[in-house]
Amino acid sequence: MTLDSKIPSGPIAQKWEKHRFEMKLVNPANKRKFKVIVVGSGLAGGSAASTLAELGYDVDCFCFQDSPRRAHSIAAQGGINAAKNYQNDGDSVHRLFYDTVKGGDFRSREANVYRLAEVSRNIIDQCVAQGVPFAREYGGTLANRSFGGAQVSRTFYAKGQTGQQLLLGCYAGLNRQIAAGKVRMHPRTEMLDLVVVDGLARGIIVRDLVSGRIERYAAHAVVLATGGYSPVFFLSTNAKGCNVTATFRAYKRGAYFANPCYTQIHPTCIPQSGEYQSKLTLMSESLRNDGRVWVPKAAADKRAPGQIPESERDYFLERKYPSFGNLAPRDIASRSAKEACDEGRGVGEFGRGVYLDFKDAIDRLGRDAIAERYGNLFDMYERITDENPYQTPMRIYPAPHYTMGGLWVDYNLMSTIPGLHVIGEANFSDHGANRLGASALMQGLADGYFVLPYTIGHYFATHAPGPVSTDHPEFVRVEAEVSERVKALLSIGGKRSPDSFHMELGRIMWEECGMARNKQGLERALQKIPALREEFYKNLAVPGSGSELNATLENAGRVADYFDFAELMCIDALHREESCGGHFREEHQTKDGEALRNDDDFAYVAAWQFEGEGKRPRLNKEDLTFENVALAVRSYK
Amino acid sequence: MKLTLEVWRQKDANSAGKMQRYEAAGISPDMSFLEMLDLVNSRLIEAGQEPIAFDHDCREGICGSCGLVINGVAHGTRKATTTCQLHMREFKDGDTIYIEPFRAKAFPVLKDLVVDRSGFDRIQQAGGYVSINTGSAPDANAVPIGKEEADIAFTAAACIGCGACVAQCKNASAMLFVSAKLSHYAHLPQGQPERMRRTRDMVDAMDAEGFGNCTNQYECEAVCPKEIPARFIAEMNRDYVKAAITEA
Amino acid sequence: MAGITRLLKSSIGRKFMMALTGLLLFGFLIAHLSGNLLLFKGQKALNDYAAWLASLGPLLWVARLGLLAVFAVHVLLGISLSRENRGARPAPYAFEKTVQAPLPSLWMLRTGLLVLAYVVYHLAHFTFGIVQPAGHALVEAGTQRHDVYGMVVHGFRNPVVALSYVAFLGVLGLHLWHGLASFFQTMGLSHEGYAKLIRKAAHAVTWILILAYAALPVAVLTGLVGKS
Repeated sequence: MTLDSKIPSGPIAQKWEKHRFEMKLVNPANKRKFKVIVVGSGLAGGSAASTLAELGYDVDCFCFQDSPRRAHSIAAQGGINAAKNYQNDGDSVHRLFYDTVKGGDFRSREANVYRLAEVSRNIIDQCVAQGVPFAREYGGTLANRSFGGAQVSRTFYAKGQTGQQLLLGCYAGLNRQIAAGKVRMHPRTEMLDLVVVDGLARGIIVRDLVSGRIERYAAHAVVLATGGYSPVFFLSTNAKGCNVTATFRAYKRGAYFANPCYTQIHPTCIPQSGEYQSKLTLMSESLRNDGRVWVPKAAADKRAPGQIPESERDYFLERKYPSFGNLAPRDIASRSAKEACDEGRGVGEFGRGVYLDFKDAIDRLGRDAIAERYGNLFDMYERITDENPYQTPMRIYPAPHYTMGGLWVDYNLMSTIPGLHVIGEANFSDHGANRLGASALMQGLADGYFVLPYTIGHYFATHAPGPVSTDHPEFVRVEAEVSERVKALLSIGGKRSPDSFHMELGRIMWEECGMARNKQGLERALQKIPALREEFYKNLAVPGSGSELNATLENAGRVADYFDFAELMCIDALHREESCGGHFREEHQTKDGEALRNDDDFAYVAAWQFEGEGKRPRLNKEDLTFENVALAVRSYK
Repeated sequence: MKLTLEVWRQKDANSAGKMQRYEAAGISPDMSFLEMLDLVNSRLIEAGQEPIAFDHDCREGICGSCGLVINGVAHGTRKATTTCQLHMREFKDGDTIYIEPFRAKAFPVLKDLVVDRSGFDRIQQAGGYVSINTGSAPDANAVPIGKEEADIAFTAAACIGCGACVAQCKNASAMLFVSAKLSHYAHLPQGQPERMRRTRDMVDAMDAEGFGNCTNQYECEAVCPKEIPARFIAEMNRDYVKAAITEA
Repeated sequence: MAGITRLLKSSIGRKFMMALTGLLLFGFLIAHLSGNLLLFKGQKALNDYAAWLASLGPLLWVARLGLLAVFAVHVLLGISLSRENRGARPAPYAFEKTVQAPLPSLWMLRTGLLVLAYVVYHLAHFTFGIVQPAGHALVEAGTQRHDVYGMVVHGFRNPVVALSYVAFLGVLGLHLWHGLASFFQTMGLSHEGYAKLIRKAAHAVTWILILAYAALPVAVLTGLVGKS
């Protein structure tokens, strides 16, 4: 199958405008006849579900959490970008577009990114109108700050909980549609498979997490907004429930999975403190606006940070990247921290940490100003580590945070299965090989509020999917498969918890497919994963039954899919013989250790096609062309 | 550390439950409370027993999923902290810890420590929004909002909907939650057109869920992980009476 | 009309009624105290006041019935709200703990019912003359009128009556301690800058009121008033 990205012709600045005109419309009276399933209720899913309902579509929305308000978008701290140029510092749609393409290390699709930058402005308007309490200046206008990887102040924020405030706005809109009877919300319900009938996505199979019932839902289109797959590393900044099951099941039903190896390791997280640790906590990247990152110059320097004189400190980001300094993009900051630790200069009990020091900022601005900006983050740090960051520098270390890879979609956000649309972190399109700070919220809301609601209408108008019943044999068949899988997990009767397998898988992935990868390591991982999976299916313990609330069972299903997915990720990482963004292959670096891209051979999207259990997936390529941003070596020096 | 846990176990919503004792050895003070439960659970699973069910997700104090009553205090005794952010260094070796679900008629127990808080969603569906369709918003800077007012709105909006206020209140009242939702909008110009209707409808929905009434003891404020002040309840009272009196 | 029904039915509406009736009862306490304090001015002053009240005739009855209605609403609403509040948590905690609520706030129903009981006794004593008929029957020397002054002095000379009165004031004080400050919160008059001040002022007013009431039996017992 050839990958047709359906990018409209014409100059980049007019593509979306032109496309919106050219797309076919659905008669308003007919919209209610089209049923849409939205899986996920975060920024992308929630905004899509409510907007589709406003337009008149009949929507079913699903989330595994007990309330749509708890989707993991809620945890985003730092902010959301928009090309508003309110600060008059030279920002523009084109600059946001340029920064995002460059920040993504030239592995994203120009047309999508441009559209993202264009609608970013509408997002802020929409959110303010919903009552999102963004930070403001005394004069009453919106405040902005600069964020990792950008030299203009275009980030809108609400203290350290921008994600929660945006999600609450989106959830409020969703509530309005639920109250109006236009959206049926299904909380505590997990999608376990996709149903494809006659080549079109027509429904999903879910498990009611309270009663355990397996149920079928049919619709005219399915929208996946199920987020990323960072917990493949077990330890990540994602919520415990985040999982790859929905997108991976869609992959197995024929949707291509694009660039799974592009994972973002966020530089400012609290280092791991023990074996038992269940997740890593992110400290907002905004901390790097005022904090200075350093390690001791000498290896194995065990002195307390206050005892190390200035002359013996290495402010490595400022040294290596004088123009961006501590604000270097995430992939670069993370890798530099890893290098410092690999050289034995890491700090903290396990030597896996670098300092983020606020002493100079406190001296310059005063303790109150710092408390006003970061108070809640400092409190959070102290709660977790029992150390006071006003007095002693924070210790930070990179942690898996976001995944740029995801299901392949065309310009209309539709996957390779007609009718299956994928939005937000679950798709792949806008961030290339590395996402810039404050861009995830922007993309989720752009997709849900301002892109999908237009493009899905075009799908209905052009494909005219007819009625389908959940009694269709395909629904019956897929439901039986799901039930079988659930039963299989319950009947292994082994000794090990799903978490113990997940932890072990995570360690393999972190070591061999983490911040830096190489051929041997990836091949090793491809040996170890199937072996561990084999043990999983022999020695898994899942107490309880399938007909009740059973968190162990939920977890087991997710871990099972992570095993298969981890393999795909390693295959992709192994095939991509270059370093770009979050994907760093040790074989491909410059003399001073910077990522070495190979545009001649790898300026494409790797879209993997499922070929059957136990078979190697087939690689499909979408060539990337850069007509508006010249391919260049990304430099932040 | 070695601890004794007294944990509420209940098979499902229709079964009776009881407190059950567990010994938890080998607990590190650096563990979070939920990681301590993870460890207890993984031992239970390995022994072929059903682990203790509890809600959790982000584990960084923002999603509002987790919520346990620990020694009689929702989210435990550390101020401004969710259960997931509570660490075992708050306890001493040899302590006995009582772990119970959030208890309220409006929060029925689904299993063990998992309760159904969908009443909160229904209250917000009754009017916790600004009625604006996607695409019809004016420029974001068209309406200036003074920093002080915006900050108050934010303080109210910081509510994570965990339900600790209900759990701690002697009357299982949801008024801190509902008032925070109302004050968020009441302090913004965008919230004004629907302010009275919203107050009426959300309070009525709250009453319909079976939450208790506020008796001004401020237990809610004391345990709120986001330190939402109870003066928002006063604002809600004022608005509600005004809404009732001015109702046609 | 819909608004009135809403006020009578909803949680906040009934809470509002509690606060409003509470305030009226508090107003009565002030008025009653100002009458009582005439004791210190002497027999004639107090009896003049009592006679003036009696001369109001039907108006007095209107006031009494109004007061009774307010009292009844406050008591009945209090009882029904307390029952509902208990019903909102059918299964109690195995480990019950109070974080910061002051004890008087937890005892409102109890102190309220005790106040009710004492008020009945108090009426039986001084209004209907059932408790001490002899004291109630006193007539001011040289006149035909009811000797309220003498009745009070006679009553409080009995240490049991005086001490039970003081004990009652303690209970009433506990009730007001929480009730008075709550009034402002319930009426929506709480403000970040003044919340603490309001609470302190309410507590101070409670102390003053209770001490002023307590001054009567103390003065009689110590012989400061009514020495014959």
